[in-house]
Amino acid sequence: MAVLDEVRQAVVDGQPRVAVSKVTQALEEGIAPDVLLHEGLIAGMKEVGQLFEEGEVFVPEMLVAARAMNATMAILKPLLIEGEISSAGKVAIGTVQGDLHDIGKNLVLMMLEGSGYEVVDLGTDVPPERFVEAVHQGAQVVAMSALLTTTMTNMKLVVDAITQAGLRDKVRIIVGGAPITRSYAEEIGADGYSADASKAVRTVAELLTV
Amino acid sequence: MSTPNDPRPTLRAPTAVGMLTTELSSRQRVVAALAHVEGDRVPLDLGSCTVTSMHVSSVYRLRQALGLDVPGTPVKVVEPFQMLGEVAPDLMEALGVDGVGMYYPKNAFGFKNEDWKPWTLFDGTPLLVPGNFNTDTSRDPGGGLLMYPQGDTSVPPSARMPKGGYYFDPLIRQGPIDDDHLDPADNVEGWDPISDEDLAYIKAEVERLYPTGKAIFGNFWGASYGDVSLVPGPSLKHVKGIRDIEEWYASLSMRPEYVREVFERQCEIGLVSLAKLYQAVGDKLTIMAVSGTDFGGQQAPLVSPKMYRNLFKPFHIRINEWIHANTGWKTFIHSCGSIWRLLDDIVDAGFDVLNPVQTSATDMTPEALKEKYGDRVTFWGGGIDTQRVLPFGSPDEVRAMVRDRLRIFGKGGGFVFNPIHNVQAGVPIENILALYKAVNDFRTYPLG
Repeated sequence: MAVLDEVRQAVVDGQPRVAVSKVTQALEEGIAPDVLLHEGLIAGMKEVGQLFEEGEVFVPEMLVAARAMNATMAILKPLLIEGEISSAGKVAIGTVQGDLHDIGKNLVLMMLEGSGYEVVDLGTDVPPERFVEAVHQGAQVVAMSALLTTTMTNMKLVVDAITQAGLRDKVRIIVGGAPITRSYAEEIGADGYSADASKAVRTVAELLTV
Repeated sequence: MSTPNDPRPTLRAPTAVGMLTTELSSRQRVVAALAHVEGDRVPLDLGSCTVTSMHVSSVYRLRQALGLDVPGTPVKVVEPFQMLGEVAPDLMEALGVDGVGMYYPKNAFGFKNEDWKPWTLFDGTPLLVPGNFNTDTSRDPGGGLLMYPQGDTSVPPSARMPKGGYYFDPLIRQGPIDDDHLDPADNVEGWDPISDEDLAYIKAEVERLYPTGKAIFGNFWGASYGDVSLVPGPSLKHVKGIRDIEEWYASLSMRPEYVREVFERQCEIGLVSLAKLYQAVGDKLTIMAVSGTDFGGQQAPLVSPKMYRNLFKPFHIRINEWIHANTGWKTFIHSCGSIWRLLDDIVDAGFDVLNPVQTSATDMTPEALKEKYGDRVTFWGGGIDTQRVLPFGSPDEVRAMVRDRLRIFGKGGGFVFNPIHNVQAGVPIENILALYKAVNDFRTYPLG
């Protein structure tokens, strides 16, 4: 299974071309697509997340690791049977209304996808009703981001809108972004908070198992 | 200036009568701080550069609260990207501000700050904006404002302010990237050596500002390599090269040779401009803004110490060494976020001043920063937490933190008081007043 390790390492090192060639080789060697996904790609992204948390890799390296994963997913996706890709759960993610910043939000998105979640990207400057709509469409987790002190208060509006729509018990809500703290998350009635993209994956996993 | 009969309130502490202290000029006060000497008091900055200022709606409310204007008097937007308000001489006087900015004639969108016209922000604040501040709401599906490079509405917009928002963010206009034909020159577009016209303007500005006795701050920013607010090219009508912010960050890892070549060319251009600037204004200028690239996020540096060392530091060294060898200016670097792990290298690159000293980010403890780097760099910022205390705390909390920060950072000089970054919109006016009242109550040496 040396090739599986090589796939994982190509993701960790952020080398899309190597990752693609190793995945192709692994498939030729008869390794099942779902094994490649979980023990190669997802394992690689998990390691990147761990290194990010430990301060060993930074934003550029994380971005290229996600690219390596995405490049190989283009090959793997058609080979995976329904349910094997998004078995972990469905998350809708967006930057709240009035805020156009999305680097942090996108890092969380990449890490969630890299951990096997199906992620719906609502984009930036997202009004509360679009988060509500996403819950109607099956999102089990709503993840909100804000960079600004002038927009973080809009997170509360989303929580309220979800509650008013009668959906609060159907969805878990997590928040993050530069000025956001755990106490702020509690204050607005969110279920979870995460300080960085890697921890966000753990928070989502914990919330979905509760 | 307020006189005994002037009913307008002032936040300045009265000069103590009968004390033996000699009152320094604002410029002397800043120079003393930069020399790590305790002057008469800690200098105060507001508005001398584009990262030590205040959002226009907060400037408006502050001017109203101080009785400087009658209600409805518009405030000039001197920096339309971040929508910074003018810190006019009367406001400087009321607060006791010690620095003043030398700005280029053109703003971040590539048009001149002239031909002022009335305009109203989403929150209702009456403003004056430059004549070429040509926004468009009709073409934005979300009801936001679109901004055009050089004011030219015939080309695609380069920035957007969301509906209800307070400032602009760049719009990404990334074309397809062909790795085999990437040309570093494409990413250098817009980084031209200073023009004779701009130089003449700056020379006249410095001549005008010098007699105020304030320390003049040069808004050069020409070593802001890879600053992601500039990478998308907000002043350019059409962009080439790598202009998407995420693609840029990925390029630091994927295409380091390309990035290095871009920086090399930008560095050469910067050195040419600096020489011309020095010839024009000499040592009338006290401090020069060199780099505004953010190297930190809330929790950690954005790039590794190794990447800073390999890609950025050599060019920072060249700029700092040139300035120190040829001028009397001090060099200033702005980087938001948690940069503790990069600071050994940043300080080693020769910067004299660090801003905004984001003490609300991980590892950025005021005491530790002062202890480890206080003998080598001047902290220009860090005066109040702008992510929690200033916008959401009480006036008493603001006052306590200001006093604390003055004590920590002000010891032995090496501190110019400024909040962390620009004061944003939406900050309670009581807190802004408490901030400047506390600064003036507690900034006199010996600090107590």
